[in-house]
Amino acid sequence: MDLNILWFILLTVLFSGFFFLEGFDYGVGMLLPFVAKTDNERRAVINTIGPVWDGNEVWMITAGGAMFAAFPHMYATLFSGFYVALIFMLIGLIIRGVAFEFRSKRDDPAWRSSWDWAIYYGSLLPALLWGVAVANLMRGVAIGSDLNYYGGLAPLLNPYSMFGGVVFLGLFLIHGASFLGIKLEGDLKDRVKKLSGKIWIAVVILTVLFLVWTYFATDILNNPGYDGMIPAILAAIALLAYGWFHRQDKEGLTFICGGLVIILATVMVFSGLFPRLMISTLDPTYSLTIYNASSSPYTLKVITIVAVIFLPLVLAYQGWTYWIFRKRLSPDSLDLHY
Amino acid sequence: MDPVILSRWQFAMTTIFHFFFVPVTLGLALFLAILETKYVTSGEEIYKKMTKFWGKIFLINFAVGIVTGIVQEFHFGLNWSEYARFMGDIFGAPLAIEGLMAFFLESTFIGVWIFGWNKLSKKGHLAAAWMVAIGSNLSSLWILVANSFMQNPVGYAVRNGRAEMTNFWALLGNPNVWHQFPHVVTAGISVGGFLILSFSAWHLLKNKSENNEFFKRSFKWAATYALIGSILVGLIGHAQGQYLAKSQPLKIAAMEGHWETEQPASFSVIGIVNQEKQENTWEIKIPKFLSLMLFNDLTSEFKGLIDLNAEEVAKYGPGNYIPPVLISYWSSRTMIGIGLLMVLLAGLAVLWSRKDKFVDLKWFLKILVPAGLLPTIAITAGWIIAETGRWPWIVHGLQKIEDAVSPTITPGNIIFSLVSFLVLYSILGFIGVKLMVKYGTNDPAAGEGKGE
Repeated sequence: MDLNILWFILLTVLFSGFFFLEGFDYGVGMLLPFVAKTDNERRAVINTIGPVWDGNEVWMITAGGAMFAAFPHMYATLFSGFYVALIFMLIGLIIRGVAFEFRSKRDDPAWRSSWDWAIYYGSLLPALLWGVAVANLMRGVAIGSDLNYYGGLAPLLNPYSMFGGVVFLGLFLIHGASFLGIKLEGDLKDRVKKLSGKIWIAVVILTVLFLVWTYFATDILNNPGYDGMIPAILAAIALLAYGWFHRQDKEGLTFICGGLVIILATVMVFSGLFPRLMISTLDPTYSLTIYNASSSPYTLKVITIVAVIFLPLVLAYQGWTYWIFRKRLSPDSLDLHY
Repeated sequence: MDPVILSRWQFAMTTIFHFFFVPVTLGLALFLAILETKYVTSGEEIYKKMTKFWGKIFLINFAVGIVTGIVQEFHFGLNWSEYARFMGDIFGAPLAIEGLMAFFLESTFIGVWIFGWNKLSKKGHLAAAWMVAIGSNLSSLWILVANSFMQNPVGYAVRNGRAEMTNFWALLGNPNVWHQFPHVVTAGISVGGFLILSFSAWHLLKNKSENNEFFKRSFKWAATYALIGSILVGLIGHAQGQYLAKSQPLKIAAMEGHWETEQPASFSVIGIVNQEKQENTWEIKIPKFLSLMLFNDLTSEFKGLIDLNAEEVAKYGPGNYIPPVLISYWSSRTMIGIGLLMVLLAGLAVLWSRKDKFVDLKWFLKILVPAGLLPTIAITAGWIIAETGRWPWIVHGLQKIEDAVSPTITPGNIIFSLVSFLVLYSILGFIGVKLMVKYGTNDPAAGEGKGE
């Protein structure tokens, strides 16, 4: 295995980590206005992700940094080509990030309600837009011989990728709900469960439709040699198991299944792409691959050494923080900061 | 409108705005870690109160710093994709390392620090404070490794139409890094110190007896901290100037507004710079002083902008290689002038800390309240020098700014993002500063509000 393949795998790991961790942050943010009514309830919901959201967001930052370091042409093509969509995403992430800190800083209902909506839209926009972006990666975009995509925003908002965006959003919603299931207690938790049971049915239908559409519109599920079919089937099974455990009130297992859906879906996308990074719809030879888009072997070696040392450390101390903050929260909890 | 100009404005705006908050994070994270260490070692409750009180300002500032940092991370791909292609081999690695080594540390332990007061032992919580301080300052090291390459490329070879890394240790050992990094860290220390001096002075002027002990102590700690930061940032800045005279002579010549080669060289204190005519129409000069400042003697030659430009033309082909002199000249006067003032103010604050003399010097406290902003102005001026002084290069000698911009984005795209960010930053800046002032002027003796 050469380092280009290793970094393709590491990129898959980083994006899986990002979608898994920020996925439930986005989900919690989107559920906030619908499950929590009083100020204390809202604080309880926000504080379930309070100690960890910032560390989770670094997975996105690091995934972006790793893409820049290992596959600079992908970083350049993706971010300059998807410019307007990404600006919207950044706006969402900005207002969400400050909202967590600003919200609790004034005891004024109008103030707090405004920031709650900032959290809502700041979670919804990135969730939706990451879905749209990933679906476009699966489908391919009009990349030219100079590795650039000149099409602008309109072609990115095609029916397939918009549908993909909604599916992503739905997956993050139920993932967030199952996170709240293991972090909250009492009435509030029951309300989340009731709502997520309904959302789950919709998500199952949408996901199946999306997989069928994906089978016909892309080669992700039949990419010769590395097809995404197996992870896709496993993801579907995990999604069904989510519903099963949800009904059994097995909160821990529900959360694990929701997380597995996200990780397997990410693996599906990346294995379906392999060895490509971005598909050109104009000419297959224009596609960005792990070889024509990569850094030099020397740079790959340097960042491999760093990643091998630090990624396990990060996993260890981040895992430790989840252990520290494992206690369930309720609206009467005293340990709320936000 | 030209996409290059628009992208430059957007980048300048984002970077400057981001860097209003970053030095506060760098400086306060370390200050809080020191205060908390004092709390743990002495057991005095007042230090815990101080840590928590100043911690609130830190966290409000931190939030704005974080969200603008995300924009920074993606800007190189969004607006400067040709730069990302040319430089990815070199620039991406420090960014990825910054994430893995520093951002994770900082962002994970900030959560532990905020929420962990009742969940961890005293020492465990203190360790989290130090992780945040180390993580944030370490992140500045890696971003400066990346930035230093743009100022002074080392450890690379141009192959396959791009700059490829050949020696990581050369990149890390870039002399530019080891001037810039300590300059940034000590600048952060001075920012943190002056900010706390400012709020403490405000409270001492209010003279509420039950709070005086709290703010007297804060004042004294901050005074020492600010003085250490101010002296070091100045000394390192001086060394940096001497280094620039060798590595980026055009940048330093623009800072000094020096058009003609001169031996020995005089120092222009203030003057009227005319970039078109390539001369200063009026100025006050100190003879031989520039030679002394940059070369430690009274005889050395200093090359002027006109001769240096001719050298660049001979090396890189026809064109204009003189950076915006007016901006560099006044930014450097602002930075150095404020730097000297900071040493004076912090020095007096330390001097009058003996027997709490400052408490009765109302006029001095009144000066210190607005002085909280001084380091931020100086830092902004410093970054303007560092980045405009590179002009016309985005990577010195390797890639020009106009060749770096994304070919795929339209002026309309950039105007949309520029205006969005401008509006957003204005609102965030306004709210962030207002909240910092609100919490900085809060009464520490009063109980905490609901969630506040």
